[in-house]
Amino acid sequence: MTRMRLFFALCLAVSVGLAMGLSPLASSSPDGLERVADDHGFAGQGGLHPVQQAAPVPDYAFPGIGDPRLATGLSGLAGTLAVLALGWGLVRVVRRPGG
Amino acid sequence: MHIPDGFLTPGVAAAAAVPAAGAVAYGLRHARSRLDERRVPLLGLTAAFVFAAQMLNFPVAGGTSGHLLGAALCAVLLGPWLACVAMAVVLTAQAFLFADGGVTALGANVLNMGVIGAVGAGLGLALAVRLLPLGRTAFLALAGIAAWGAVMLGALATAIQLGLSGTVPLGVVLPPMLSVHALIGVGEAVVTVAALGAVLATRPDLVAIRPRGLAPLVVPTAVSGRAS
Repeated sequence: MTRMRLFFALCLAVSVGLAMGLSPLASSSPDGLERVADDHGFAGQGGLHPVQQAAPVPDYAFPGIGDPRLATGLSGLAGTLAVLALGWGLVRVVRRPGG
Repeated sequence: MHIPDGFLTPGVAAAAAVPAAGAVAYGLRHARSRLDERRVPLLGLTAAFVFAAQMLNFPVAGGTSGHLLGAALCAVLLGPWLACVAMAVVLTAQAFLFADGGVTALGANVLNMGVIGAVGAGLGLALAVRLLPLGRTAFLALAGIAAWGAVMLGALATAIQLGLSGTVPLGVVLPPMLSVHALIGVGEAVVTVAALGAVLATRPDLVAIRPRGLAPLVVPTAVSGRAS
């Protein structure tokens, strides 16, 4: 069981490392769909849903952080941990006896 | 490939959400009844890795970037149906926490970037390992092709939804969507093969779909009458 824990910890460390350390270096060019939408004049039809106006970390920039690289890295850390918690929690909930 | 709100009509978004919700619900049933207790954390860990990797946009041609989608990777690690759940977790968190990908378009995004790729690549690879005596290298090569194919199918589905919504004619949007994602898919294949190679080298027993000879069958991803 300890080997298993070690493996899981390693996986998480790699994910957090990528999300925090490497994400500030990622390309900021538009992705495939954004590029096609720009080129063919329908990018302007996209917009945020009213709920997304209140998104805690819009555009992968952690709020209140001046340095954009740090803001991106922190959003990566927060997002990775949030996704881990959501995924783990969801499986736990559906496996609850009688749940 | 995250579709924002406003690109799809409500009808098209709803039509895409139905099969997406069905696949995720089926995946949750698997999580409830057919997931080995010690593998419970794997879904969250895989989803966390996919989220992290999706932040890493790499440049492709002409001022365009791409990033891992991860559906094929999830399908090999978790099996196709749990992969749908993992991808839905990632895309839901992105929409609500990061305003990335629409809320009304969430079903379409889960279908395009998760379900189609996870089920397509997962069932294809599961069939391949059952029928063919694949070694590690051949399996990884097939997984890379499946990852590329998953991206292309997702791009095709996205283009069809945009066409049906009247946002842009299908004949206009399909060729550029396929050509740019043919390049992005190469990145998908590279990352998928690298990640799978690492897990297969360290803990092959945790991989849901793997070549027969690689590790004893401990985990029932497939229906098997034999005792483990």
